[in-house]
Amino acid sequence: MGTTASQLGKDLLSEYQELTFLTKQEILLAHKRFTELLTKDEKDLPNVRVPMEKILTLPELKSNPFRTRICQVFSTSIVKDGSLTFEDFLDLLSAFSDSATLEIKSHYAFRIFDFDDDGTLDCGDLEKLVNCLTGETEDTRLTPEEMRQLIHNILDESDIDKDGTVNLSEFQHVISRSPDFVSSFKIVL
Amino acid sequence: SSSSSSDSDEESLSEGEMAALKEEVEEKKKLVATLRNKPWRMKRRLILLEAQEFIEKFEGALGKGKGKKLYAFKVMMTKKFIKFKRDFENFKTAFIPWEGKIKEVEHFGSSVASYFIFLRWMYGLNLVLFGFMFGLVVLPEILMGLPYGSIPRKTVPRQEQAKAMDFSVLFDFGGYCKYSFLFYGYYDHKRTIGVLQFRLPLSYLLVGVGIFGYSLMVVIRMARNSNEGGDGADEGEFTFSWKMFTSWDYLIGNPETADNKYASITTSFKESIVDEQENQKDENIHLRRFLRVLANVLILCSLGGSGYLIYFVVKRSQEFADMDNDELSWFEKNEVEFVMSLLGLVCPPLFETIAELEDYHPRIALKWQLGRIFALFLGNLYTFLFALFDEVNAKLESEKTIKNATEWALKEYRSNYSSYFNTTDVPPPDVHPADVIRGPCWETAVGIEFVKLIVSDIQVNYLTILIGDFLRAVIVRFLNYCWCWDLEAGFPSYGEFDISGNVLGLIFNQGMIMGAFYAPGLVGLNVLRLLCSMYYQCWAVMACNVPHERVFKASRSNNFYMGLLLLVLFLSLLPVVYTIMTLSPSFDCGPFGQEKMYDVVMETIEQDLPSFIGDIFGYATNPGLIMPAVLLMRLAIYYLNAVSKGYQQANIDLKKKMQTDEEKNRRNNTDSTNQVMKDLEDLLPDKSLILPPTAETKSPKMKPGAAANGKGVNLQKDVSLAASNPRGVVTRAPGPRSQPPGNARGPKPGQGRGRGGGRPPRQ
Repeated sequence: MGTTASQLGKDLLSEYQELTFLTKQEILLAHKRFTELLTKDEKDLPNVRVPMEKILTLPELKSNPFRTRICQVFSTSIVKDGSLTFEDFLDLLSAFSDSATLEIKSHYAFRIFDFDDDGTLDCGDLEKLVNCLTGETEDTRLTPEEMRQLIHNILDESDIDKDGTVNLSEFQHVISRSPDFVSSFKIVL
Repeated sequence: SSSSSSDSDEESLSEGEMAALKEEVEEKKKLVATLRNKPWRMKRRLILLEAQEFIEKFEGALGKGKGKKLYAFKVMMTKKFIKFKRDFENFKTAFIPWEGKIKEVEHFGSSVASYFIFLRWMYGLNLVLFGFMFGLVVLPEILMGLPYGSIPRKTVPRQEQAKAMDFSVLFDFGGYCKYSFLFYGYYDHKRTIGVLQFRLPLSYLLVGVGIFGYSLMVVIRMARNSNEGGDGADEGEFTFSWKMFTSWDYLIGNPETADNKYASITTSFKESIVDEQENQKDENIHLRRFLRVLANVLILCSLGGSGYLIYFVVKRSQEFADMDNDELSWFEKNEVEFVMSLLGLVCPPLFETIAELEDYHPRIALKWQLGRIFALFLGNLYTFLFALFDEVNAKLESEKTIKNATEWALKEYRSNYSSYFNTTDVPPPDVHPADVIRGPCWETAVGIEFVKLIVSDIQVNYLTILIGDFLRAVIVRFLNYCWCWDLEAGFPSYGEFDISGNVLGLIFNQGMIMGAFYAPGLVGLNVLRLLCSMYYQCWAVMACNVPHERVFKASRSNNFYMGLLLLVLFLSLLPVVYTIMTLSPSFDCGPFGQEKMYDVVMETIEQDLPSFIGDIFGYATNPGLIMPAVLLMRLAIYYLNAVSKGYQQANIDLKKKMQTDEEKNRRNNTDSTNQVMKDLEDLLPDKSLILPPTAETKSPKMKPGAAANGKGVNLQKDVSLAASNPRGVVTRAPGPRSQPPGNARGPKPGQGRGRGGGRPPRQ
């Protein structure tokens, strides 16, 4: 199943409504914004895949430090290039929507933070995470000393089984205690 | 896969098959209902939605035999209901006011948007309060009560009539304003009014008190809702992890905000790292203590000073009230409100500067600051009320004399009349309502004071935004071209949106609304004010403010603000309840004509309700019953407190158990492996495999229970305890991983997994 020409069919719409956390207006708005990214001839094809660079021009994603990771996580492309179809896009918006549950959000957050896709957050992932958060320029980065201290502290706090990595259940344990996570892990068009 | 099993004949289903089929249908239904909760991709979910078709196909079949039509009908109704619910949800979201505006502000970051969400909630609360007040008190009086000018309390007295329409008088809420439905004095104290026999005094009292009750209830419910999530954790439990995983605000769509956010995250990281290290450091404790005591003394002095100032100004306003109105300047007439608003503006920054002496951790310093502002507000409010109280007492005194004078005048008139006309049947004196001698009506005076206070608060607030934000932004933007230093980067630059200050302002405003008992129009005024604020502040934030440098997490302190609101509401309730209970209402204005205001309730119980209810109330208010009830409540509180403490302790114990279990696991495994190592050592002829134990930070560790032979070993301990270094064996493990040993970044889990394959050679 895929998107029809430029209008979303009624049964597709109701199916998407049932399968995601988005309301009808949000799905229609997502469809509108998605079709704006397509070129003229692409608009008529079903199941179009939009390359990552175009997705990253969306203002909601442009300033996000994790934008590439987000695209890669939600992409179902075989070549792993981060391109998204409309359904991937809906999945993205549904996970980041207001009504998504904590489990869904923490699951996807974990996958986004897992830079090497190995199923756990180890020191390499954590270091990349910190570098993303502190900005790209040299003077805002942490010194290696500080980085080591920080990662040590984090593993101290969240690594329950003390294996040097944070796995999904440990991550969810930490996240479920946080009062801000659900409200900040939101993207709205 | 599911459709394949549906090949069985639909017609000939035995009982057992039917039951099995029913079960399968139920399962599929459950699956479809929870499809969106699973983190699967859309394709998979769409495939699973085929299960829906299975359900549809067989639900009809299941209803065969008895009650088939009913079953099919039930199924259809459920489906329709679900669809209706979904449509209703879609419909509802279109009706939430200002949703679009708030989403615009959200691009600034979620903390600024949280203030507007709070404002919207306040607006909803005030709208409900306004509905109660208007519908149950104001409207009946206007529609069914006597019109303006019919009785003395509703008419402007003769001496004031010349100036009653002047703008300056109206702006001060005198003149026609004072004798309108906006204030307490307008309401008639007849027991029932109109055709419907509406009991206005009772309604007035109940609504006045009910407003408080409703506000408290709503705030408590809100506080309970926001308790979920993050309740079990202490403040410092996961500081670093939270900073890492939850500090980025995904709603930010504005590059400027994003840059600021990067900077603040970096600063907060560095701060916490330094914090951890500095916890051990111990500076000059005596100097620190002295400075803190000094700071507290200074702040107490300023609080005392502000309280005295208010008292002084209120006393002066009483003197002014005795003087002729024309000689006073506008400033002198509104001195009290002006001073109070100024204090509210000037003192908080003063407290912040003094607090620099104290050198607390920023979070603790914020708590102290909020506590001090709270003390300031409370002190000001109560001083104001005490000063007002003196005025009220004075008015009560003068009222007594006027009442005596009126009664005496009436008696005289009667005796004159009866002696002149020689009858005992005396008609009421034919005096125009405007000429009747009037009592001072202290309740309306109090109501006017509250309204003036709130109006001046609004004025100061809006003016501050206009000057402090808008004018400043204009000056900085346009003067920057011809100024020596960079106005935008240095002083004064653009303003930030002060979230905590604004939220506190809203909370204190709501506290002052409790004066609505003496001024029913106050709630309507507040609704208007909140409406204007919403648009005005939204515009100000988007146009004149820059994103925050220092991130303020409004959500973690969410409970704190709700608790503060609750406290403020409760404390504002006290004075009003006190006046209801102790002071006697004016005899010629307002809806209460009895000795005490609550007598209305007693009267209603005696006269309108059946007698046994009166008896019940009589028993219930017996002190012999109230004392045990109070005792019981105290015991309940104590018990609940003890239970909650018990739960907390159990929580801590469980956590400790979890940690010690892990350690025990490790230790056990280490011991057993140690034994194995020792045996191996003895078997080996030479010690060639014994390598010096290295002090590596992290050696590849294995997850407990993941090893093929069940030996989840913490290799780090192995290196120090055992003689042979298994790490050499691991790196030679037959695995595709090409990680060099001693990776400073720490173990890759791949190596850990590979150890399972690396074990066999050693055995």
